[in-house]
Amino acid sequence: MKYRSAFDIIGPVMVGPSSSHTAGAARIGRVARTLFGKQPNKAIISLYGSFAKTYRGHGTDVAVVGGILDFDTDDERIPSSLTIAREAGMEVTFTIEDTVMDHPNTVKIRLFDEDKELELVGISIGGGTIEITELNTFKLKLSGENPAILVVHNDVFGIISSVSTVLANHEINIGHMEVSRKEKGQMALMVIEVDQKIKLEIMKELEELENVSQVIKMVD
Amino acid sequence: MFRNVAELVELAESKNVKIAEIMILQEMEFSGLSREQIIEKMDRNLTVMEQAVERGLKGVQSVTGLTGGDAVLLQNYMKTGKALAGNLLLDAVSKAVATNEVNAAMGMICATPTAGSAGVVPGTLFAVKEKLNPTRAEMIEFLFTSAAFGFVVANNASISGAAGGCQAEVGSASGMAAAAIVELAGGTPSQAAEAMAITLKNMLGLVCDPVAGLVEVPCVKRNAMGASNAITAADMALAGITSRIPCDEVIDAMYKIGLTMPSALRETAEGGLAATPTGRRLAKEIFGSYKQ
Repeated sequence: MKYRSAFDIIGPVMVGPSSSHTAGAARIGRVARTLFGKQPNKAIISLYGSFAKTYRGHGTDVAVVGGILDFDTDDERIPSSLTIAREAGMEVTFTIEDTVMDHPNTVKIRLFDEDKELELVGISIGGGTIEITELNTFKLKLSGENPAILVVHNDVFGIISSVSTVLANHEINIGHMEVSRKEKGQMALMVIEVDQKIKLEIMKELEELENVSQVIKMVD
Repeated sequence: MFRNVAELVELAESKNVKIAEIMILQEMEFSGLSREQIIEKMDRNLTVMEQAVERGLKGVQSVTGLTGGDAVLLQNYMKTGKALAGNLLLDAVSKAVATNEVNAAMGMICATPTAGSAGVVPGTLFAVKEKLNPTRAEMIEFLFTSAAFGFVVANNASISGAAGGCQAEVGSASGMAAAAIVELAGGTPSQAAEAMAITLKNMLGLVCDPVAGLVEVPCVKRNAMGASNAITAADMALAGITSRIPCDEVIDAMYKIGLTMPSALRETAEGGLAATPTGRRLAKEIFGSYKQ
C-alpha cells in the first residue's frame, strides 16, 4: 500500500496549484534540506518528465526551493521562495532534462556549501505523497509499503548491531534493510523498513547512538 | 484493513456502520492517534476547505489571468432565477470552481485527493449541506467516506494526472464525492459504491492536458463538471440504479486506460487542449522565451 493514511487522500493542506507538482515537490526539497542538515548556499535542481514540461505553470520550481528553505506545504511564502532564496544568499540553478525516468515526476536535487554536498533523487507519486529513490548515488529500494527510516552514520564496526538492538528493544521488526557506504570508514547509510510505526522517542534514541549523525523518517 | 471497494462495503455492512467509521478505525490503527485527534485533524482540513470556498466566492484571479471570477458569475446568475439547472447543482459547481480558482491563484487549499481536483469534494459537500443540514460531525464523516474511496483508487490505480490522466484526478475526486453524498443522504454502503462506479465510468479516458502546463485550463471547469457528475450519480444510486460493472473493476479499467494513455495526454502540456493553436499561443504569451 503506497498510501496509508486518510490524510494522504484528504490533504495535505497546501499552497496551490498542484499536489504532485507543488506539495510533493516541496516535500522532496524539504527532505533534501533535512538530510543536508542546514540551508545550503547553492542548489542545482534537475527536473525530469512532467516536472520538466510543466514546472513553471505548476510552481514546481518555487516549491522545490521552498522545501529547500525548510517551508512546509502550507507555507504561504512558497510562491516567493525564489526571491527569499536569493535574499538569503542561496544560489539556485534549474536544469531541464530530456532523460526519460521511471516515474514522470522526478527531480534530482544537489545541495552544496563550503564543506559538503548532497545529491538526492525523489519522485512525486500523486496527492502530495513522495518517495526518495536515490541518495548520494545510492539507490534506495523502498517499496513505500512499510514505514522506513534512514540512518546516516560513520562506517565503524558494531553500528548495525547497535541500531538493530534499539529497534529490537522496542519490539520493532525489521522487514528489509540496506547498508551502503561511499568509502570504507566514511559516511554510510542504513535504510531500514520496519513493520511498526516508529515513534519519536525511538528516533531520538537512535540519534543519540555513538557514530549516528542523523535519523530521518523516509516513509511514515 | 480494506484493499478494495468490495471489502470496504463488506466491512461496513457486516459491522453495520458507515463507511466513514471504517476509515476512522483504520486511521486509528495506522496512526496510533486517538479518535478525537483524528477527528480534529480532519476538522482542520474542513476549515481550510470552507475558507477556500469563501475566498473564491468573493472573486480571485490567478497570476496569469487565465482563471478567476467564474464562481462569482455563477452565483450571480443563480440569483436571477433564470438558471435551467437546479440551484443545488449550480451551487456545487460554483463552489468547486471557487476552490480551484483559489488553487490556481496559489492560495491555500486542501488536496482532495489532489490540488488539481480539490474543488469537487468540498464543492458538493457545501452545496448538499444547504439541503441536508448535516452536523459538523457528519460533514467530517463526509470527508472520511471520500477518503476511504480515494484510498482504494490511490492504492490500486492512481490519483495522479501525470500517471493516469485527468480521469485519475478529477475522476477519482468525483467518484469519492458521489459516494460520500450517498452516505450523507442516508444511502447504504453498497449504494455509495454504485455511485462511485457510475461516476468514474463516465469519466474514463479523460486526458490531462493543461494549457501552458498550468493548473487552470481546463482544470477549473473539469472540477465543475466533476461536481455535477458526482451529484447526478449520487441521485442515480439513491434511486436504486446500479452499475453493471462492479466498482473495483471500473477502478481497474481506469488504471489500465491510464497506463496505455500516451504521455502527451498525461500532464505534459504537449497534447489535447494544450496543443491547440490557442493553447500554444496562451503558453507563449504567459511564458514567452522562458517556455521550453
